[in-house]
Amino acid sequence: MTATSKATLDQAHARVFDLDVMSLRELNQALHSLAPGSNETAWEVLNPKGNHSVAVGVDQPVSIDVRGSVGYYCGGMNSGGAITVHGSAGPGVGENMMSGSITVKGDASQYAGATGKGGLLIIEGNASSRCGISMKGIDIVVHGNIGHMSAFMAQSGNLVVLGDAGDALGDSIYEARLFVRGKVDSLGADCIAKEMRPEHLELLQGLLDRAGVTGVKPSEFKRYGSARTLYNFNIDNADAY
Amino acid sequence: MTYRNPPTTPRKSATFDDYTLSEIRRAAATGIYDIRGAGAKRKLPHFDDLLFLGASISRYPLEGYRERCDTSVVLGSRHAKKPIELKIPITIAGMSFGSLSGPAKEALGRGATLSGTSTTTGDGGMTEEERGHSKQLVYQYLPSRYGMNLRDLRRADAIEVVVGQGAKPGGGGMLLGQKISDRVAEMRTLPKGIDQRSASRHPDWTGPDDLEIKILELREITDWEKPIYVKVGGARPYYDTALAVKAGADVVVVDGMQGGTAATQEVFIENVGQPTLACIRPAVQALQDLGMHRKVQLIISGGIRNGADVAKALALGVDAVSIGTAALVALGDNDPRWEAEYNELGTTAGAYDDWHEGRDPAGITTQDPDLMKRVDPVAAGRRLANYLKVMTLEAQTIARACGKNSLHNLEPEDLVALTIEAAAMAGVPLAGTNWIPGKNGF
Repeated sequence: MTATSKATLDQAHARVFDLDVMSLRELNQALHSLAPGSNETAWEVLNPKGNHSVAVGVDQPVSIDVRGSVGYYCGGMNSGGAITVHGSAGPGVGENMMSGSITVKGDASQYAGATGKGGLLIIEGNASSRCGISMKGIDIVVHGNIGHMSAFMAQSGNLVVLGDAGDALGDSIYEARLFVRGKVDSLGADCIAKEMRPEHLELLQGLLDRAGVTGVKPSEFKRYGSARTLYNFNIDNADAY
Repeated sequence: MTYRNPPTTPRKSATFDDYTLSEIRRAAATGIYDIRGAGAKRKLPHFDDLLFLGASISRYPLEGYRERCDTSVVLGSRHAKKPIELKIPITIAGMSFGSLSGPAKEALGRGATLSGTSTTTGDGGMTEEERGHSKQLVYQYLPSRYGMNLRDLRRADAIEVVVGQGAKPGGGGMLLGQKISDRVAEMRTLPKGIDQRSASRHPDWTGPDDLEIKILELREITDWEKPIYVKVGGARPYYDTALAVKAGADVVVVDGMQGGTAATQEVFIENVGQPTLACIRPAVQALQDLGMHRKVQLIISGGIRNGADVAKALALGVDAVSIGTAALVALGDNDPRWEAEYNELGTTAGAYDDWHEGRDPAGITTQDPDLMKRVDPVAAGRRLANYLKVMTLEAQTIARACGKNSLHNLEPEDLVALTIEAAAMAGVPLAGTNWIPGKNGF
């Protein structure tokens, strides 16, 4: 294939941004400038090399393949994009995601999916501490383990962990649902193990399906959520804080 | 006639005064710390302790009604493609929908827009009322991220990363169940009726180096268009200002301990943080040391009440001030017309601060549909605009008397202090002397 015909093929299939050649600003600006219904629906980002804020604020249903590892806040506030990081992600991947999906093929650092409102975040490796902190409707599926203080003050949405969870899982949790297949080092304040009812098994199966997880049964998980004892302040609960 | 020894007058303790005794009894009875709204109520060194010198032989004044005295200010010109241009250097501080009613938020927007200034969202997201009625709206980026979303971020005119506030540096928010209506609950993604605790730390960054990366993200999301403010409580104004500048802020907002809150522990409000007056010079000094004074703008808030306060703050080097409590009073907060209802709540007009309980007779700090009808957003907005106009005219009057054709030309040399404390904090001479405590080895 000649160089020219290769370039033509790329343009036909994907818009390629090489961050060794172009700036992060140009990448994000190009993504934000997409008109609704644009047929530039496939994007590829080369040489991310740990850059922060790769593909943030995407608000069109495009697919973005990031070939390498990224720094902080990749896919931040994503609204409808389908972002795949073919590497690992730094802190805050998918923070405040509104909709769409983000898949991290490697591991994720702290605060993955923090405050996310919607969409699906898949971490195929492990996630560090504070995964799903303050989550507000996002669904997060972690194939490996998660670190301490995960789902702190989690308000809504689902966190699924195929491996183990660190200390203080779900501290001060509100109405988010946590499903952990492995062991939990400890539960945080007001977080308790809960009965897995048929509707939860069904919900979990749906989440596993959406995350492309096979060979794992919902019945292998335990469910955790809020005991709701801290919802209204009571002085006799002061020791819990 | 029997002789009686002369009685001593009953003497109350200055240490155990009536308020202190009542608080001990209240704590013993309830087992809960006192929660209230507003800022520090204790007596503090403040702008009242400063005086302007006015013109004399060495400086000549401007004619009061003929010579122009500019009041405009541009915020965010450091990095933002679209800085905020205000006609007056008085902005409306962040106050949440949830804490305030929808009509009250609308009134703030209307008043600010009539006056050519900005208003600010709060810890509850952006409402249509305030976006629709605020020509220039600052969107707060808070630890809780309640209601934070991409669409609102992009339709804001500026973004304010809130690290802290003067009433409670280091404290999170609190909105008690009685104010969590269906609408508030939905905006915050929380069950109705629970006591809602806002986080005190941001969930996805800690420290100045992270903040720099967070600001970069916000700029990238909004294509470097919007000014980014960083708001801190009056804790360590020199270092906080310097670190905010280093992290890339366009504007630094420093809120002193008189700055109000919707609801926080009384012990926190009265005992943590520094007075507004004490925060200004260190913050200005940080900007000057970095060569960023007037390049990164400084907004000060906490206890600004009139044009003299505005003029004094500007003379000490700030670019703009922000008002919250005073704006609520202009809307009708603590109005004596509701005295009978304040009495029923066990308080009196002027002292009502149980804003978290949602029973505000003035209809401002409530989500009660009947009470909130008491705020007519058009009339209340007009009152706020009138008040802002008066403050501006007052500040101009002083500036002209000092020979300044712009409020921003006021300078510390125009001021003296009435007390040693104020002289030390403001870095201006004690009246009648050339002594600035702490300067020149004294």
